[in-house]
Amino acid sequence: MNIETKLGLDVFKIDTEPHIIINQEICGACEEKFCLYVCPGKLYSINRETGDMEVECSGCLECGTCMIACVHGALDWNYARGGFGVQFRFG
Amino acid sequence: MSAADEEKVEVVIVGAGLAGLSTAYVLAQAGVDTVIVERGDYPGAKNVTGGRIYMHPLRHYLPGLWEDAPLERHVTRETLTMMAEDSSTSVTLDSARFREKPYHSYTILRSKFDRWFGDKVMEAGGFVLPKYRADDLIMEDGKVAGIIMGEEDEIRADVVVAADGVLSLMAEKAGLRQAQQPKHFAVSAKEVIELPPEAIEERFNLGAGEGAAQLFFGALTEGMLGGGFLYTNIDSISLGLVVGIESVMEREPKIEVHELIEDFKARPEIRNLIADGETVEYSAHVIPEGGVNAMPRLASDGILVVGEAAGFGLNMLLTVRGMEFAVASGVMAAETIKRAREKGDYSAASLSHYEDLVRESFVLKDLHTFRNVLSTLENPRLFNYYPQAVCDIFETLMWIDENPKPKISSTVIREGISKFLNWSTMKDVVGMLRI
Repeated sequence: MNIETKLGLDVFKIDTEPHIIINQEICGACEEKFCLYVCPGKLYSINRETGDMEVECSGCLECGTCMIACVHGALDWNYARGGFGVQFRFG
Repeated sequence: MSAADEEKVEVVIVGAGLAGLSTAYVLAQAGVDTVIVERGDYPGAKNVTGGRIYMHPLRHYLPGLWEDAPLERHVTRETLTMMAEDSSTSVTLDSARFREKPYHSYTILRSKFDRWFGDKVMEAGGFVLPKYRADDLIMEDGKVAGIIMGEEDEIRADVVVAADGVLSLMAEKAGLRQAQQPKHFAVSAKEVIELPPEAIEERFNLGAGEGAAQLFFGALTEGMLGGGFLYTNIDSISLGLVVGIESVMEREPKIEVHELIEDFKARPEIRNLIADGETVEYSAHVIPEGGVNAMPRLASDGILVVGEAAGFGLNMLLTVRGMEFAVASGVMAAETIKRAREKGDYSAASLSHYEDLVRESFVLKDLHTFRNVLSTLENPRLFNYYPQAVCDIFETLMWIDENPKPKISSTVIREGISKFLNWSTMKDVVGMLRI
């Protein structure tokens, strides 16, 4: 089962605003791109056209791994707003 | 609550997880005016466990709560599995003690449990406010005086309890903790896989209501620090793994965390156990692994930090714990607040009583005893060399072909010497003495 299908099993209340903001300048200078590997939801990707780093907040499990792994400080990270985001039914 | 609403209560707790709910439960029962805010739609909506909870500490700190608690199966069989590339060796304990009441541990699902616990808090008179994310603290003369949610909503309180989980943004706002270092945290990914109870009992050789708990280490984390877990719930299996964040960052070549769990599920030891099961949830959680070496300050003027927010999580190798620490620390925080309330003193000095209680309890004592686990686990031989060596020796013993077999003792001594009589192993053994 691929990761997109697995995330599709969960309940997400999707907000209009993203809760993780990426500083493209800091991100662009980063060589390691740890976020691409550590995210358990595979939510980070590099836009093939613009070269920008993107994160799919609508599938975010709100674990905070990316915030911890991004040692260069490119992420303005927060949990989803109250009433939004993933709602675990099992946990 | 409407916009620009201001409210004053005695205690506001941020986070309706186990630590927050435990604090609220004790305070509510004592008649203290308590509000607990939770960013999820309901308590448990944002929480995950492996998981399994140990009952003896809980019965001690919150007696009487557990009779009708919605727990899963009581664990009667414990298994540790070392995984090599193409083989694995397991040790399984089955004991009559696990079948005696009151039961030692239960598997648990947080969404179900936390929601029930939240109802108990409400019954006791506490006020649970879901769908509110705390965004900042109200500071007055250097003291914490409440919380701010969103743009305008405020709750003023005599004391704030930061029960907001492993990332504790509240503890950070209060200046109580440093920025998180990757080596002090692990990321865990988990699947809940539904299976009929009869199938679970048949596959795991369990009686009705009985449960199995299994921990794995070795090849499944591809050389990275971590391990796997499997717990049987009433009608589902919790299956997942944990891997150190710094380990993922340092590994060459890089591996994506989410791929590890698919490889784990495909192992012959696992795939038949979950065959025809339906995955119903995929979740993730960060686990604090730094122990006493990464603890924030626990109290300041007008604020206490409990549960995972205080770094109370422990990898003890044979098991990983956090929930009992959360409950115990929540109860100790509540006792501290009751005492502070009698004196009308919510200063750092008064609230530091919480630190004394925690230090004297199993919480800090266990964290201190096992403080060297993380540095010991940083030895990659634990995850590749030793599981392979043990499996190879066992396989050599169990293999019968057309050649004559040597004595068992000869095999064990010869293989033991060739695999374990070297300086690296000596050093590793000495290292193990620290845990």
